[in-house]
Amino acid sequence: MAFVSTGYDPKEPMKDRITDIGPRKYDEFYPPVIAKNKGKWLYHEVLEPGVLVHVAESGDEVYTVRCGGARLMSVTHIREICEIADKHCDGYLRFTTRNNIEFMVDSKDKVKPLVDDLESRKFDGGSYKFPVGGTGTSITNIVHTQGWIHCHTPATDASGPVKATMDVLFDYFKSHKMPAKLRVSLACCLNMCGAVHCSDIAILGYHRKPPILDHEYLDKMCEIPLAIAACPTAAIKPAKVEFEGQKLNSVAVKNERCMFCGNCYTMCPSMPLSDQEGDGIVLMVGGKVSNRISAPKFSKVVVAFIPNEPPRWPKTTEAIKNMVEKYEANANKYERLGEWAERIGWERFFDICGLEFTHHLIDDFRDPAYYTWRQTTQFKF
Amino acid sequence: MAKHETPMLDQLESGPWPSFVSDLKQEAANRAANPNNLEYQIPVDVVEDILGVLELSFKHGRTHWKHGGIVGVFGYGGGVIGRYCDQPEMFPGVAHFHTMRVNQPGAKFYKTDFLRNLCDLWDLRGSGITNMHGSTGDIIFLGTRTEQLEEIFYDLTHKYNQDLGGSGSNLRTPADCIGQARCEYACYDTQGLCYHLTQEYQDELHRPAFPYKFKFKFDGCPNCCVASIARADMSFIGTWRDNIGIDQEAVQAYIGGELNPNANDHGDRDWGAFDIQKEVIDLCPTECMWMEDGKLMIDDKECNRCMHCINVMPRALRIGQDRGLSILVGAKAPILDGAQMGSLLVPFVKAEDPYDEIKEVIENLWDWWMEEGKNRERLGELIKRQGFQKMLEVTGIKPMVQHVQEPRHNPYIFWKEDEVEGGFDRDINEFRKHHQR
Repeated sequence: MAFVSTGYDPKEPMKDRITDIGPRKYDEFYPPVIAKNKGKWLYHEVLEPGVLVHVAESGDEVYTVRCGGARLMSVTHIREICEIADKHCDGYLRFTTRNNIEFMVDSKDKVKPLVDDLESRKFDGGSYKFPVGGTGTSITNIVHTQGWIHCHTPATDASGPVKATMDVLFDYFKSHKMPAKLRVSLACCLNMCGAVHCSDIAILGYHRKPPILDHEYLDKMCEIPLAIAACPTAAIKPAKVEFEGQKLNSVAVKNERCMFCGNCYTMCPSMPLSDQEGDGIVLMVGGKVSNRISAPKFSKVVVAFIPNEPPRWPKTTEAIKNMVEKYEANANKYERLGEWAERIGWERFFDICGLEFTHHLIDDFRDPAYYTWRQTTQFKF
Repeated sequence: MAKHETPMLDQLESGPWPSFVSDLKQEAANRAANPNNLEYQIPVDVVEDILGVLELSFKHGRTHWKHGGIVGVFGYGGGVIGRYCDQPEMFPGVAHFHTMRVNQPGAKFYKTDFLRNLCDLWDLRGSGITNMHGSTGDIIFLGTRTEQLEEIFYDLTHKYNQDLGGSGSNLRTPADCIGQARCEYACYDTQGLCYHLTQEYQDELHRPAFPYKFKFKFDGCPNCCVASIARADMSFIGTWRDNIGIDQEAVQAYIGGELNPNANDHGDRDWGAFDIQKEVIDLCPTECMWMEDGKLMIDDKECNRCMHCINVMPRALRIGQDRGLSILVGAKAPILDGAQMGSLLVPFVKAEDPYDEIKEVIENLWDWWMEEGKNRERLGELIKRQGFQKMLEVTGIKPMVQHVQEPRHNPYIFWKEDEVEGGFDRDINEFRKHHQR
């Protein structure tokens, strides 16, 4: 392959350089019906799972067809999305915060051909390319992080468990039978670049072994003071170690203080944590970000550990499906999972879901811990 | 014949949900066939090697990616994440596999010609694999080699009028909800404010000068569809301070069953007839609603704008007319010191171009955080360490009861000398005249 230059000259990087121009302006990409009615929408309605209509003061309508997808996406797949948008939507489309794709048309008669087209497209392996759904009280697409496809600190994969979970929850993606919306999110380590800590159900990758110390290279590859400072529990201290007859500068880790966060590894590549038996999944539930009825809530840890089971993580998906079904059967209309658990009490939540309560689930991390213990005689047997 | 056997990944091709494995395989085949006769600038079999290295991770239960090195484009300190494979001999196509973050357009609206241009560029100069989109909001170009970074940046800026996003200790790429573009709940123009601040703070976005990452997110209403309250150092959440609009005829239509509640999104289950008392009035967190002579009444002064009644009856109830936004600060995921939700700093501000009042708050907070924040300390952690009062001081915002859920539980008030009559300096001899040792 021959190098193809764009015109950029590495000897003169500043020549004709364009910087600080920001993104393309949003209104370049508004479909005409959006541009015309922006700020003047009157109401919306969900016509069927995955299909919305918004009606403007002008009487204009925009019909939106939402479909799911993997956020890991090839250019071939994006070009197919473009082909669909050209065919049905005059070349406009959008993505949602939760990795769904939305195709918009300006009249009702255009909806069915669009839905039929989307539902007819399948990958060679048999899965849908563009399943329609994910609106209202469905379980919509899972937001997630990179996992083993691209990250250096994950304790689990992201795309794999997400695919496995959405296969199990697919019927919920395509229907409106839940009491309220239920948001599932995945972060492949506790750095949570996906910020899953306020989700109805959070799937979180977690390490359970302290870092392995690569003494021979540690001082050569890392700034030891930075690695020490990175530890939130002060578990790391400087140490001299013997290596093949030589005294080397390195670190020592107080294992019982380690919370397995991997911050040291982010600062110092000579302190890897990942481990096939040590790593796995934590399930957290009952969080939300909406201010509707009750205030936003953090998710709570209800399953301390499930081993990684590639390729389909069956114990994880089974545990999720079980909680989803119990919520579906027991919660009131409009009640989010966390609101349901608080109404019936967490002791009853563990009962109903058949979950084991272990010491791992009692908070012992600094001040906030106290506020999670029970300071009342009001509890249920 | 695939370059690497992938028996575990192959099991993720079945099932109804779109399979990323099938998509990767389709891309690998497309690159091998090269229908447009491209002079691929990174190895043709890069996608085969992605599948191979991922299969190895499935087998080992561990990642095979190393830390990033320092790579980027000239003059920027963000937008590119260095990434190298720890098995480069087995997977040479992904030995160097850097990510580029491309700043997405507001609310992720696209025209196909623009998306196709990005695809063509990434097909030629990268792996052809993307994330649409990353968690923060960017278009993610997943995997290219160092020598392509400047070339891609050149074409992005020169041909497509498009810049990179943020990474590292920068302002991260701001993100917004769909807002007024297609939502009747939006209390301000989220795209307008998001774009304005993104342009205003390009320097902060591209050149790391902060103690750590900093995120802006823009939600048009308290439903918080972009989760700003949970994950943005500054979240801008639309609200109003007058009355909810009521269309009594539409209220009757909900009661009578001509309109379905919650925009008709409970349809696949029989919840019985709509009961306005049970489903709206009794669920109102402030109990500020009642029925009187067949009319729905709201005591708006007592309303805390939770959105429930409006969500249930969008054709009967409307957000108020005196609209603006609340600013909450300090939200973050758990690393390092535990998760934090955004805390209310500015209850109400109008959101009108040129947004001077909003920018004043932002810049006061940044000055404080850049002066006092420790390395890798988020704004929320600084607020906890130095106190909410300190933040009010640096922003010049008056304390008000809206700032707290409830007043403090202890009387350990750090009185300042100028708050106490006579000051702190006293004469011990004067004291001893009346109090023996």
